[in-house]
Amino acid sequence: TRTASSLSTGITDLFTKRRLDATTLDDLEDILIRADLGVETATRIAEAVGKGRYDKTIEPEEVRALVAAEIETVLKPVAHPIVFAADVKPFVLLMVGVNGSGKTTTIGKLAATLHAQGKKVVLAAGDTFRAAAIEQLKVWADRTGASVVSREPGADAAGVAFDALQKARADGADVLIIDTAGRLQNRAELMAELEKIVRVIKKQQPDAPHAVVLTLDATVGQNALSQVEAFKRVAGVTGLVMTKLDGTARGGILVAIAARYGLPVHLIGVGEGVDDLQPFEARDFARAIVGLEDQP
Amino acid sequence: MFDSLSDRLGGILDRLKKRGALSEADVNEAMREVRRALIEADVALDIVRSFTDRVRTRAVGAEVIKSVTPGQMVVKIVHDELIAMLGSDAKPIDLDAAPPVPVLMVGLQGSGKTTSTAKIAKRLTERGNRKVLMASLDTRRPAAMEQLATLGTQVNVATLPIVVGQSAVQIARRAMEAARLGGYDVVMLDTAGRVTLDEALMAEVAEVKAATGPHEVLLVADSLTGQDAVNTARAFDERVGLTGIVLTRADGDGRGGAALSMRAVTGKPIKLLGTGEKMDALEDFDPRRVAGRILGMGDVVSLVEKA
Ligand SMILES: Nc1nc2c(ncn2[C@@H]2O[C@H](COP(=O)(O)OP(=O)(O)OP(=O)(O)O)[C@@H](O)[C@H]2O)c(=O)[nH]1
Ligand SMILES: Nc1nc2c(ncn2[C@@H]2O[C@H](COP(=O)(O)OP(=O)(O)OP(=O)(O)O)[C@@H](O)[C@H]2O)c(=O)[nH]1
Ligand SMILES: [Mg+2]
Ligand SMILES: [Mg+2]
Repeated sequence: TRTASSLSTGITDLFTKRRLDATTLDDLEDILIRADLGVETATRIAEAVGKGRYDKTIEPEEVRALVAAEIETVLKPVAHPIVFAADVKPFVLLMVGVNGSGKTTTIGKLAATLHAQGKKVVLAAGDTFRAAAIEQLKVWADRTGASVVSREPGADAAGVAFDALQKARADGADVLIIDTAGRLQNRAELMAELEKIVRVIKKQQPDAPHAVVLTLDATVGQNALSQVEAFKRVAGVTGLVMTKLDGTARGGILVAIAARYGLPVHLIGVGEGVDDLQPFEARDFARAIVGLEDQP
Repeated sequence: MFDSLSDRLGGILDRLKKRGALSEADVNEAMREVRRALIEADVALDIVRSFTDRVRTRAVGAEVIKSVTPGQMVVKIVHDELIAMLGSDAKPIDLDAAPPVPVLMVGLQGSGKTTSTAKIAKRLTERGNRKVLMASLDTRRPAAMEQLATLGTQVNVATLPIVVGQSAVQIARRAMEAARLGGYDVVMLDTAGRVTLDEALMAEVAEVKAATGPHEVLLVADSLTGQDAVNTARAFDERVGLTGIVLTRADGDGRGGAALSMRAVTGKPIKLLGTGEKMDALEDFDPRRVAGRILGMGDVVSLVEKA
């Protein structure tokens, strides 16, 4: 992509016939900051790259590989798929996140993947607030062979979740995915509503939800840390999905999040289509950040 | 999570209390903290650089007066310079053209275009006393047109009837025609979200612009955007020619450095802030508030006002 190539150009310019000195490492740090890693993480990675190599002449290719390796070291421990345990039926997945981050779309893509594996999927239209959110989920259900449980707009979201869980159990569904309205993490009353949804689910099935997935938009900068913090505390987030990685944003904040929270990263969204969902691969993600994605 | 800039600068500069004017060495040390604070507020790195250069020039040699500390002095200079760069006066939406006046809304996926379209339409109807027609040119996102229609009902603004199978350009032409026949003053054109690397979709929005000649082209962007703010703003400006920016989710707890980045890279004014999901959560852009937010300052702003 263009992003990756502009970043790699940056690194090439930076290291052509240059020694690995303080200025060069500062410049490297800048490149990582431009990918949204944040000051702290960028500094740490630049230092790690400089360690033991200070004042050596080094090829741009080698620097790129070293930086990618450092980032990969941070990301590798968090790269885990969602495990839909076969003995848990229905497996209840709650999707949460700030407004417009890609919750409903990711649910649609995930439903398609599960359907293709022969699983029976029920979706709960838990966003009863946003205009046409229910219709949006229904379109995705039609595309993917899932069924939808909904109430009228404005209804209690926890009630929808309760109904859907009841139906999923009665129908012997394999997976129930609950969509929720977008909410900013600093809005206490909306976060309390999320807490209530979890509480109501637990009342019916104490071990559910089995997964609480937070969607993060790759274009968001340092605020993503605060999103993870708040949704983890209130809703007990168990894993992350990063969306919109098909654009110019690199989503480097995920490196800082991995270092600080160690939450599993399950999947990445790379487009609006039903197939645009991929497993999160630490190596690919790290290499894309430094512009190595197209090389073998 | 973040220390405010004044806390940070206090530590560095307050021991210099006795001196009369800020030396270059003092200021350089302070600028490292300013840089860090701005990056943590998501201001794009290139903009951080030009900004600190400007502040440095003003701060070296500045007289520290008795009532404030050197740290507060630098915070004041940073704050004033931020306001100057953000654009000191609010620029309302300009409708000074022959009706029906088209307003084109563009931006990345999920940035808040549809919501902002309805909010602006409501404001123009109620405060500006205009007859507004809204049209969704989003042929891609599931239920996008239903979303705008529902909002239209909520805010009592007409929406163009949905005709399945038309392209974005065809819908735009139909909207202009309907507005002419119906005697509308303003036509709000909501478009599908698009990433700027998507050549076909960028060409589509350029074509819509050419077909309708909008008087305002507003980039709707998330105020929580990180370093990508410059890429997005630049790409939309180059491709469709923006007249202004609407920043959404200003009700979040982000520091909102994207405001500075987008303003600096396009030179286009930030016209409005989205401050919630409700239809009246729309505010005029206030550079003082946004500057205070970027610096994580709050009440420090009134403190430095004395300086
Ligand atoms: N380019 C791109 N667009 C995406 C991706 N995922 C979602 N989108 C788009 O982002 C926009 C918002 O997605 P939604 O799924 O509606 O987001 P949401 O979190 O459910 O939004 P709310 O329910 O309003 O909070 C839509 O236009 C989606 O098509 C992705 O991976 N890449
Ligand atoms: N908190 C908050 N939410 C907002 C604001 N503006 C929009 N939203 C929410 O953000 C989400 C996306 O808004 P939309 O208006 O659908 O965004 P869009 O740009 O039209 O999305 P696409 O058409 O999919 O590209 C919705 O959940 C809105 O309610 C705002 O200022 N504050
Ligand atoms: Mg949704
Ligand atoms: Mg829209």
